[in-house]
Amino acid sequence: MTDATSQMITTADGKPLKAALAASLAVRRRRAFLLVAPLFLFILISFIVPIGQMLFQSFYNDTFSKNAPALVEWFSTHPEGSEIDESAYAALAADLALMKKNRSAGEAGTRINYDVSGTRSLFTSTARGADKFQPPFKEAILKVEKKWDDPNVWRAMRSASSPFTLDFYLAANDLTRDETGKIVPVAEGQAIYKKLMGRTLMLSLEITALCLLLGFPIAFLLSSLPMRKAMLLMILVLLPFWTSLLVRTTAWMVLLQSQGVVNDLLVWLGLIRDDHRIQMMYNETGTIVAMTHILLPFTILPLYSVMKTIPPSYVRAARSLGATSWTAFRRVYLPQTLPGIGAGGLLVFILAMGYYITPALVGGADGQMISNMIAMHMQKTLNWSLAAALAAELLAIVLIFFWIYDKLVGIDKMKLG
Amino acid sequence: MTTAATDEGFVVFDHVQKSYDGETLVVKDLNLSIGKGEFLTMLGPSGSGKTTCLMMLAGFETATHGEIRLGGTNINHLPPHKRGIGMVFQNYALFPHMTVAENLSFPLEVRGMGKSDREAKVKRALDMVQMGKFANRRPAQMSGGQQQRIALARALVFDPELVLMDEPLGALDKQLREHMQFEIKALHERLGITVVYVTHDQGEALTMSDRVAVFNDGRIQQLAPPDELYERPKNSFVAQFIGENNKLPGTVESLEEETCTVRLQTGELINATPVNIRHVGQETLVSIRPERIEFKPEMMPPGAHMIDAEVLEVIYMGDIFRTRMRVAGIDDFVMKSRNTLGQTKLRPGERLKIGWHPQDARALDPM
Repeated sequence: MTDATSQMITTADGKPLKAALAASLAVRRRRAFLLVAPLFLFILISFIVPIGQMLFQSFYNDTFSKNAPALVEWFSTHPEGSEIDESAYAALAADLALMKKNRSAGEAGTRINYDVSGTRSLFTSTARGADKFQPPFKEAILKVEKKWDDPNVWRAMRSASSPFTLDFYLAANDLTRDETGKIVPVAEGQAIYKKLMGRTLMLSLEITALCLLLGFPIAFLLSSLPMRKAMLLMILVLLPFWTSLLVRTTAWMVLLQSQGVVNDLLVWLGLIRDDHRIQMMYNETGTIVAMTHILLPFTILPLYSVMKTIPPSYVRAARSLGATSWTAFRRVYLPQTLPGIGAGGLLVFILAMGYYITPALVGGADGQMISNMIAMHMQKTLNWSLAAALAAELLAIVLIFFWIYDKLVGIDKMKLG
Repeated sequence: MTTAATDEGFVVFDHVQKSYDGETLVVKDLNLSIGKGEFLTMLGPSGSGKTTCLMMLAGFETATHGEIRLGGTNINHLPPHKRGIGMVFQNYALFPHMTVAENLSFPLEVRGMGKSDREAKVKRALDMVQMGKFANRRPAQMSGGQQQRIALARALVFDPELVLMDEPLGALDKQLREHMQFEIKALHERLGITVVYVTHDQGEALTMSDRVAVFNDGRIQQLAPPDELYERPKNSFVAQFIGENNKLPGTVESLEEETCTVRLQTGELINATPVNIRHVGQETLVSIRPERIEFKPEMMPPGAHMIDAEVLEVIYMGDIFRTRMRVAGIDDFVMKSRNTLGQTKLRPGERLKIGWHPQDARALDPM
């Protein structure tokens, strides 16, 4: 102990050096924090909190549990496998009466309806006369709606009696529970999400590859042209950024539809027959073409900024050392553009994974992506929890790709511009 | 001239012209013959066309007119990778994503050499520049001087007969630069390679070269060994560009074969050696080296011409005194005198007579 204090470095007046350093930097640190505080607060309120809440909904849904306190009580005292007896029906009757009073039968029914379709109306119709039920409740309720003795309904209600649930993640992976609570795949015709997620991944990878392929030569041209011409070309590259996304997508619709400019031109040239016009719109082709065009600047800019820093003497050196222009490109130039390829590719891939407007407008049935499904659940079916679960999966996939990139190339080597 | 003569040089520029924009010539009618094993330096200010010449020789630029021959064959349309010329770049151009050994092995790999041969050659080349221990380093982990050595080794590893160097020492500090000059010169002598060296540093050109080609305005102003270049510059540009020089403007009064007299603007008459003087009455610039000026009467060379001078400033530079004087109405006339024991100390304001040997006063064309 005495050793440690004697070895501690102090300032001239005996204060510990570390404390003195911290004190001397405190003002600067405080000022720096104040400067970033507005942005930090903005991001916290407008980004982190809403996304956190959204993700929270993917495993937390209290629309049934808060409206059915008696059933929640019954499920907690009667473990799984208990007989659905009169006491259960009594709790149900009490809750239905409460729902009628609160006008919340639809809300609670919707939650059960996610698991067992057709049950929303079961709740609303039964609740209508719920305040008139007399014991024995089982008989009285079954007289109104025969479907209440379906064990599936009771299993679903038991599962929904806790607001914390993984059911939405099961649904997002085309899985469900059978009567005994075992996890099983959903029926063949209803399995859509995994296929859609796979297609989203494939489309995103294709679009990324296309963007890199098309963007690389342009970026190279930009970096090797004299300043004036490069600026002019750069404006052409950035022009799409200054045009509304909707305008650009609509422009592609005008070009690609079956009565559109491209098809008209091909017919006029006699390359295709008028009754054999190519279907380039409302399918995957439309999505790929339009999204590649829209995302192209995101590959060009990072590539350009990397290429700009590569002096021409590297390729010259390689050539003077005996390499053909192809070898010099492959062995010397290309490896040095990797940070740009990585950054541009990753950026486009992440953007493409979550793209919504363009596939919605030009994708048709085949060109839809997972984000369109998320939007549908947000806006039409109002199953926000499922939408949140799908969004969480999307986020996880993007993070996995980020991690793979970090392992393969290293995130510190990424150069965005 | 256009037919390949048997005594033709190893590298020949034959009436080469180069234009980038179709309006101005960067290189104007270049004729240059470089012998095998020669160390030739292209010296000149930036924009004088020297680097363009090097790039044409390396194959990165094409000549707009004329022919470049290497070993007797026209290489105008030979791509760079088939020329077999080693090149050292100003910023070294070591491939940053490869180790030193991979950098050196690159030219051997693209030539399809086997692995064991490559390793032996790389090791030999690294030992040659005393960098054997650095084989597994990356360029970014080395100092400028070390990178320079690696770049040199890489340009030599595939045994080229001709090596081009484009201001290779420009980024090094003075001491290291002088040391590397010595090493490059020693390597050149040991390997017997032909070197074409581009620089704007006249000191470098003088210490290293067999011959120096002084470039200005797209033309070779003078092509000569260093001593001739320094002592007998052919025109005012060379005189001014190489070393320090005093210039006295005047008019030629009389002209003979070996000597002429020049009337200075202030009326004094001095003797000078005519260099590119054609007729009497011509305007001229008489150039005199600062170290060839004497001020002690007993040291005056025979036949020296005396002229009045007033000391304006004396700068102590360690090994020499640099004395700025007013001579013939010119305020920046400089005299350098050695700092020897018992050297006369001059003071500002002092008036004295200075003189020089007529051979050292060269009457050149006015610029």
